[in-house]
Amino acid sequence: MRIILKGSKVKSKLTEKVEKISGQNIFACYQCGKCSAGCPMIDSMDYMPNQAMKLLQMGAAEEIINSKTMWMCASCHTCSVRCPRDIDLSAVMEALRLIYLRTNVNKVEPSQIPEEELKDLPQIALVCNFRKMTR
Amino acid sequence: MKRIGVFVCHCGINIAGTLDINKIIHRISNYPGVAHAEHYEYMCSDPGQNIVRDTIKDQYLDGIVVAACSPTLHETTFRNAAKDADMNPYMVEIANIREYCSWVHRDRPEDATEKAIRIIRTAVEKVRRNESLYPVKIPVFHKCLVIGAGISGIQAALDVANAGFEVILVEKSPTIGGRMAQLSETFPTLDCSQCILTPKMVEVSRHPKIRLMAYSEVKEVTGSIGNFHVKILKKPTYVDTDKCNLCGECVNVCPIIIPSEFDRGMSMRKAIYMPFPQAVPSTYCLDEANCLGLNPLRCSKCQDVCEPGAINYDMKPEIIEEDVGAIIVATGYDLYHKEALTEYGLGIYEDVIDGLQFERLLSASGPTSGEIHRPSDGEVPKDVVFIQCAGSRDEKHNPYCSKVCCMYTAKHAMLYKHRVPDGQAYIFYIDIRSAGKDYEEFVQRAMEEDRILYLRGKVSKVFKEGEKLVVWGVDTLTGQKVEVLADLVVLATAIVPRAATPEIVNKLKIAADGNGFLKEAHPKLRPVESLTSGIFLAGAAQSPKDIPDAVSQGSGSASKAIGILSQKKLQHDPTITDVEEIACGGCGICISVCPYTALSMDDRRNVVLVNDVLCEGCGTCAAACPSGAAELRNYTNRQVREMICAALSKV
Repeated sequence: MRIILKGSKVKSKLTEKVEKISGQNIFACYQCGKCSAGCPMIDSMDYMPNQAMKLLQMGAAEEIINSKTMWMCASCHTCSVRCPRDIDLSAVMEALRLIYLRTNVNKVEPSQIPEEELKDLPQIALVCNFRKMTR
Repeated sequence: MKRIGVFVCHCGINIAGTLDINKIIHRISNYPGVAHAEHYEYMCSDPGQNIVRDTIKDQYLDGIVVAACSPTLHETTFRNAAKDADMNPYMVEIANIREYCSWVHRDRPEDATEKAIRIIRTAVEKVRRNESLYPVKIPVFHKCLVIGAGISGIQAALDVANAGFEVILVEKSPTIGGRMAQLSETFPTLDCSQCILTPKMVEVSRHPKIRLMAYSEVKEVTGSIGNFHVKILKKPTYVDTDKCNLCGECVNVCPIIIPSEFDRGMSMRKAIYMPFPQAVPSTYCLDEANCLGLNPLRCSKCQDVCEPGAINYDMKPEIIEEDVGAIIVATGYDLYHKEALTEYGLGIYEDVIDGLQFERLLSASGPTSGEIHRPSDGEVPKDVVFIQCAGSRDEKHNPYCSKVCCMYTAKHAMLYKHRVPDGQAYIFYIDIRSAGKDYEEFVQRAMEEDRILYLRGKVSKVFKEGEKLVVWGVDTLTGQKVEVLADLVVLATAIVPRAATPEIVNKLKIAADGNGFLKEAHPKLRPVESLTSGIFLAGAAQSPKDIPDAVSQGSGSASKAIGILSQKKLQHDPTITDVEEIACGGCGICISVCPYTALSMDDRRNVVLVNDVLCEGCGTCAAACPSGAAELRNYTNRQVREMICAALSKV
């Protein structure tokens, strides 16, 4: 894989968006790898958490959005607690998930759900469903 | 017969763990001439020294042998202890039974004990024929020579001068200031380099104790500590400083235009020039090599236009001779030659430049007044790639780390971002070495606040594609190959010794290390001293270093020099050569082998004379002398013969 860098790419909209949603400075990461060293889900990830951070710095948006990493993140906050640069990496992962979900079309159309099902379904499942599967 | 005492040190288990101390004591006390033998756990400790001191007195000893570690470590300790007990310090010998014996024969304790006994016996034999010696007294010239007027040399000169001693400050180029004068702003505080340097330059030029000799070179150095005789070549500037009123008319009319060395080719200068406006001494210099000719028939434009008549084509080089007591060498550094870095396009593409060139671009007094314009077309570069370790940490170039590049590259990228806020800076690095006060915080600031993209990996090549420079690199942290389309590439080129360093090394008879930097006497404990006494090292000539380190070393070498200059007389080790005139045949072989030029021929009497001050007691002459006339004091041929016999005879 080859990444071609130029200013417009590094200052990518995606990285900017991630920073806005998560409230974290992506460029504060100095690649020590402590997040990856303690991550309980690392075996199931394609990019390690620190690599995800680096790709974000490089503005390699597609790479990271199409990876499994953010979906495998258990949001256990181990990385955030341990980060020597005080970056809340869990928040970054959540931001990535949000951005992905927001770019997709609705997987569920609330108005199309039959009334019987609405009655049977627990409220919380419905809300989760809307959150994950709708715009 | 002399009464000799033997003191055996256990050195904890270092010696006693391998050697049988009791056996040694028993055997050595029966050796002829040994009046007393004793052992102690740590002979170098205060109680141990007391034993030595008291025993010398109580036992009426004439000489002692301390069987312990290497004489380079504690010889002085025991000599001083003997002195306290009214024994001549040269009646003390060290038998090295640690480095030469216990440490290297741990697996054979019995044989090692036998060897230790033999080592001690040779020392006893030597002491038996040692003579009392008294230090040679040397007069001192209370003046110091500082070679090189960069920040380190300037600091050294000011410190020595402020201590009340005269200083001769010799600088090769027309102005003092060195590399620091070329820098824009300094890490980690980002204060303007010239603003903090020029007050010191002015102080040097106005100091009553400093004789500043710019545009001069040290031609020859003879003599030794306290008594150096130097010949300095003062090159002609063809401008009379006293008459010149700095109007600058000469520069305006000069027809010659050549790249400016001070701006590293980023601007042009005339053949008559001042390197930069705050140059010290503040005067013009006519560059003989580039001038049309110092013949008024060819071109005399500058002379014609000079109203005060300051230009004098008949000025001649002068040789100035001085006697000094100490010398400080602060000859500085160069950048690795650009021909070696063609893989990065240096010297091929105009827009690939070195760190110092970028400094000039950033400098408020530089060719672009601090605005960033690339050399090829003057455009403001939007993507700038910085490549660290260009020629450093590379077996194909220079194996060492140039030390300051990590910091100045972070500074470069940061300043670039401040000047071009919509630009992007990329730094390719192997490691970031930011050890120093506030340095790490500075690098973090560059990353976090100025959002400089650090990419961990070396660049393999730089080439041109259309308008852009393509930089092929890698980010090893993500495992991605990275290609940057850059407008400007800045190399953190390796720091190398000045090209003239080998010449300096030869003239001063000091040493250089494997990389060509000046060699210090001890890497940890004597970092500002050269291997020749009386000559001290300062600044990047010794190894790459940043401004605070260069200033510290300047001050360090100054205080070492003051230590010499402040003495009325110096003492010199008396273990030097004596030539017995009756035996000397005047063949002169010794003169040819002496590395310190301490020997000379008395032509009238046809015998060799020894200069006590210059002789360092290496013994080369004694080994070479065919008639046995040259002998080292307390290392006479007879002594050496007896020592060999003691080592070889049956235990």
